[in-house]
Amino acid sequence: MTTTLTERLDVMRIREDFPVLKREVAPGVPLVYLDSTATSQKPLAVIRAMNDYYERSNANIHRGVHTLAEEATAQYEAAREKIAEFIGVRKSREVVFVRNTTEAINLVAFSWGRKFLQRGDRVLLTEMEHHSNLVPWQILAQEKEILLDFIPVTTDGLLDLEEFERLLNLKPKLVAVTQMSNVLGTINPVKKLTQRAHQVGAVVLVDGAQSVPHLPVNVQDLEIDFLAFSAHKMLGPTGIGVLFGREELLEAMPPFLGGGDMIKKVHLRSFSPNELPHKFEAGTPAIAEAIGFGAAIDYLKQVGMERVAAHEHDIISYALEALSEIEGLTLYGPSADQKGAVVSFTMRGVHPHDVSQILDSQGIAVRAGHHCAMPLHEKFGLPATTRASFYLYNTRQEVDQLVQGLAKVKKIFG
Amino acid sequence: MDDLYREIIIERYKEPLYRGVLEPHDISFEDENPLCGDHIRIDLRVDENSRVVEAAFSGHGCAISQASADLLLESIIGKTLDEVKQLSKQDVLELLGIELGPVRLKCALLPLKVIKAGVYGLGEASDSLVEE
Ligand SMILES: Cc1ncc(COP(=O)(O)O)c(C=O)c1O
Repeated sequence: MTTTLTERLDVMRIREDFPVLKREVAPGVPLVYLDSTATSQKPLAVIRAMNDYYERSNANIHRGVHTLAEEATAQYEAAREKIAEFIGVRKSREVVFVRNTTEAINLVAFSWGRKFLQRGDRVLLTEMEHHSNLVPWQILAQEKEILLDFIPVTTDGLLDLEEFERLLNLKPKLVAVTQMSNVLGTINPVKKLTQRAHQVGAVVLVDGAQSVPHLPVNVQDLEIDFLAFSAHKMLGPTGIGVLFGREELLEAMPPFLGGGDMIKKVHLRSFSPNELPHKFEAGTPAIAEAIGFGAAIDYLKQVGMERVAAHEHDIISYALEALSEIEGLTLYGPSADQKGAVVSFTMRGVHPHDVSQILDSQGIAVRAGHHCAMPLHEKFGLPATTRASFYLYNTRQEVDQLVQGLAKVKKIFG
Repeated sequence: MDDLYREIIIERYKEPLYRGVLEPHDISFEDENPLCGDHIRIDLRVDENSRVVEAAFSGHGCAISQASADLLLESIIGKTLDEVKQLSKQDVLELLGIELGPVRLKCALLPLKVIKAGVYGLGEASDSLVEE
């Protein structure tokens, strides 16, 4: 089924596909799930695909010549093909299965970073990165004495692009940025960043953990060198994610983990690595999860990413408007036109933990804390925020419920 | 669930009796909950018999952690340091009068963890101080 943008996403029909959305968190209290930025819910199609694999085709992949092994291998590799197509990759050998975004970034830091970065080289990051795009570089910085620079975040929650230009003069070897902030929702101008970074000879890694689930992302169009993302944030299972890397880069990189599957030949004292992408997939991978990921991609493709993005834009615009009317609430991040469907806020006099606890008593699942972005919270002088995030299955009515829930928080803390 | 926000908790959160710092003090310790960034410092003064005579807490956190700190300090005034060392998770839950899931339990127990680390004179607070 192909779709056109003129046709809106039918959210009520989509909700039918997600069993968990029918549950109550306590008798008479239906779930309002506003925490998809942490992890998304899963449609029946994904759950079934994984079950089917276990019920019918479970076998270890590659090398086996029996029927089940052939089926399992075919399904695993088909998932890779689907993902490649989904992000505009021409050769599926550029798609490496990993556990999650975090592992993908660590793979690049460990393998590419250790080989190609020398003492005194610079890596350019931003102040809005998730810890998973900070700590691997900090570890490398300690080990190799490389230098880290940060594109500042403005008070509106946008990257300071003038400062970016200045930092480019320092000739970073790598620019590693998130495409969408998991706290502010800011959508960064990735194409502009990659083009400018390439002009100074830098390689660009994009943290796509939040962007790939919510926006159409095409690595060729955006000229991305490395892209990291996780299945669990895009309707798929936990335990599987992807590192996309341009072929020349991946070819030049040494293996990450050693073991079975990543080798071509092994002697007692030496080995030769396997071809891409297997060179980076040591050991038995998450087979069922890869197949589930493939089913999630099918689902998103069928809905259409343009429509997902348009629906979320509608919801976040509506939410920002409604929330900005609540007295005592402070919202962080840019306006709806520059962000995805994420809003972080604080309520005067009430700790974010207490906000989310009282919302939970009304079935509303939001998140409280620093959302794995402590430096960003420090920048705004906040120990923590409460975050509500939306996906293709959320409705305007759920935004209304959030608003009512916050009214109750105010009442309790009076 | 709403029982979590019993009157006493909201009251002690909004108008704590033991908020502040003691300078000088005999014992002071601070720590945070890395999951949520809650930060608590506790200062104690003790007399020659090792009885707590004054106590104060500072820092920031949710209603549960703040109320827990306030009620806990109230309860240890007059106790000897050896008695303070005996305090357990159960004592804190009784003071608060609520039941908590694993995440919020951390909030409730942070003050006790800080007090015990201070009283034992440890370099670092550890969760084992407040486990059963
Ligand atoms: C922007 C961003 N990067 C990275 C991650 C890490 O993802 P994962 O925990 O799946 O590795 C997240 C998820 O919280 C995220 O939001």
